[in-house]
Amino acid sequence: MTSLAPSSTVVTTTSLAQPVEAVEHGHGDFRMFGLLLFLVADGMTFAGFFAAYLTFRAVNPLPPGSNYELELLLPSLNTVLLVVSSFTFHRGGKQLLAGNRSGCRPWLLLTAALGSAFLAGQMVEYFSLPFGLTENLFASTFYALTGFHGLHVTLGVICILVVWFQTRDQGRVTASEPFGLEAAELYWHFVDVIWLVLFGLLYVL
Amino acid sequence: MTVASPESFQGSLQPQGWLRYFSFSLDHKVIGLQYLVTGFIFYLIGGALAGVIRTELASPISDFISRETYNEVLTLHGTVMIFLWIVPVVNGGFGNYLIPFYVGARDMAFPRLNAVAFWMIPPAGILLISSYFISGAAQSGWTAYPPLSITTPAAGQVVWILSVLLLGGSSIFGAINFIATVLKLRQPGLKLMQLPMYCWAMLGTSILVVLSTPVLAGTLILLSFDIVAHTGFFNPALGGNVVVYQHLFWFYSHPAVYIMVLPAFGLVSEILPIHARKPLFGYTTMVYSILGIVFLGLIVWAHHMFTSGTPPWMRLFFTIATSFIAVPTGIKFFNWLATLWGGKIALNSAMLFSCAFIFHFVFGGITGVALAQVPFDIHVHDTYFVVGHFHYIVYGGTVFVIFAAIYHWYPKFTGRMLNEDLGRLHFLLTFVGFNLCFLPQHWLGLNGMPRRVAEYDPAFTTLNQASSIGALLMAISTLPLLYNVIWSAFRGQVAGDNPWRALTPEWLTSSPPPVENWVGAAPLVHEPYAYGVPADQIDLNATSGRDLWSDGRS
Ligand code: HEM
Ligand SMILES: [Cu+2]
Repeated sequence: MTSLAPSSTVVTTTSLAQPVEAVEHGHGDFRMFGLLLFLVADGMTFAGFFAAYLTFRAVNPLPPGSNYELELLLPSLNTVLLVVSSFTFHRGGKQLLAGNRSGCRPWLLLTAALGSAFLAGQMVEYFSLPFGLTENLFASTFYALTGFHGLHVTLGVICILVVWFQTRDQGRVTASEPFGLEAAELYWHFVDVIWLVLFGLLYVL
Repeated sequence: MTVASPESFQGSLQPQGWLRYFSFSLDHKVIGLQYLVTGFIFYLIGGALAGVIRTELASPISDFISRETYNEVLTLHGTVMIFLWIVPVVNGGFGNYLIPFYVGARDMAFPRLNAVAFWMIPPAGILLISSYFISGAAQSGWTAYPPLSITTPAAGQVVWILSVLLLGGSSIFGAINFIATVLKLRQPGLKLMQLPMYCWAMLGTSILVVLSTPVLAGTLILLSFDIVAHTGFFNPALGGNVVVYQHLFWFYSHPAVYIMVLPAFGLVSEILPIHARKPLFGYTTMVYSILGIVFLGLIVWAHHMFTSGTPPWMRLFFTIATSFIAVPTGIKFFNWLATLWGGKIALNSAMLFSCAFIFHFVFGGITGVALAQVPFDIHVHDTYFVVGHFHYIVYGGTVFVIFAAIYHWYPKFTGRMLNEDLGRLHFLLTFVGFNLCFLPQHWLGLNGMPRRVAEYDPAFTTLNQASSIGALLMAISTLPLLYNVIWSAFRGQVAGDNPWRALTPEWLTSSPPPVENWVGAAPLVHEPYAYGVPADQIDLNATSGRDLWSDGRS
């Protein structure tokens, strides 16, 4: 067998003194890659929730006379807010990368404001709904899904405000070091996409 | 990252004292050993719990502990062994120690996240164990099936959920780190297909963790709502659906069995070639079978639910998909055999445990394929047959590999060898004890003894007692290991940097390695398994510690 022949690439302890090849020290930045993996994981949590919700709908009919009517107007408005906020964030990001920090900051604030408006709308909807968390299976699923998403939006708004703070004059987020902004933006788009799926499943379907 | 130049860390070649093992260290080697030692402590706790179980089951009536206590002990045993021993040790422990070496890096991709992931484990473990003393532990088994988990005392169950959520989070952070390290931190010039097999195993495992663990987390959050806020997601009395819980749970927990065994595949693929002095057989097929297992592992979960009212078409699909797993698994099995075939085998402790792994794994795989067949499974589901099946894989497989890995890498961790005689004694006791404990359980299950009960039909007494004696042997078997590990740390024969004359990069540095792994540049190893040294040139004393077992072939 060829395996018994000494291989030319064998590295033994004796070669420690002369390593085969020198390697450059230090490495690139793959925090975005890490964040992406995290979002995949986070997305799987939602996927699990969605699967549960769809199965419930398919096999667990609610008792007759159950209360599960949803108002469509406010959530649609909320959807628009969130979609627009993705665009405003993107505008801000482009400004920063173009080296225009002061041009970027208002867009960030606007995005945070849109996100907060979304949360406020969510609250208004919660309080106007005719059912509570434990009313029936649909109600529980509705609150669990929108609530979990709402937590994500809240976190997103906080991140945006932090990034806004970091883009001030001496801040650490700059055109050459834009990680904080890019991470927050990716996360924000993710939360937005999740909402679109959620809206489709809970309200439209 | 600022990096010390080779001159400046000359002085810090050796570990900086014991205290750093209790610190928020960012060094992947320290974190790896933190995982390993913490995991081992939980192994001892989980083992003590197993001892309680086997003592209770030595007689058919519930005389040693009450039924409720039995349920608590059983739940804790399963949870501790899976989430606090096996998963953290084969992933976090060896993964953190070895992966940076294998990719030629000085640390993991995200060292801080790494430390965070580790430090989530001790609180989770303490939380879980202390629930037994404070409020009573959870009683619904490691699977926490509702409605049982909703109707048993709430406090223990909620603590259980919290603890598993923490451990799941830790596992996800770890997995993100492994994927980033393997894919992004490889040194220039090192191709994916040149990586040691353990890297591939950890890549596959981490993909499974990232895709499936979050689903468990979400499910447990819903379950906690059911318990605390009285929603009815999984509560039929409130219009909910228990089967949905089972689907979501097994969507995680079937992959979880691969999260426990794939890294062991990887470790054993490192150990066998070195002690058989032959290249790993079939590298490429090994890689593809790992990827195949990852894919199939995600679509077989309902084989745990054949008796849950699962519709026939679904049973058919999951039977077929599950049976397919035997293909990539079989490939790996034959590759290991072929690696050994014609090798210059050193039957030292690491090798003994590895060979026993192959043997047990094949046995557990065969019972697994049998269980995948619906007509068979509906008879033995939730009997001791299943307990026998998974212990052959989880203990006979993964835990045996952990022991093999301890004997194999201890010289690297400490610079000293473990004592071979004690190692073989440890192996003998574990091997006999393990098989005596779990082989009879297949017969018990086939004859109808249900699992998870404190009392059973007196007709089963004899075999249960045999099983309990096996458990006692396993308990005793930890003593030589413990003694060996502690004694050898101070008195063991000095190992030198590369006692096995291995080629993988962790051996091409001092033992224990310096803080940044290598003084100077990292070696670039294109062929980690190029063991082609003619047999008569191998110094067996250096390879096995003794040449007692290794004559016979040349
Ligand atoms: C060829 C591979 C395998 C097949 C076909 C297989 C099949 C099965 C099936 C069908 C069951 C369900 C039995 C029942 O509850 O009625 C089962 C249970 C189980 N298997 Fe496997 N298995 C395989 C490998 C593994 C591996 C690699 C592990 C772990 C590392 C494992 C761990 C388990 C566990 C823990 C259970 C019991 C879960 C519980 O109900 O508590 N299996 N296996
Ligand atoms: Cu399974």
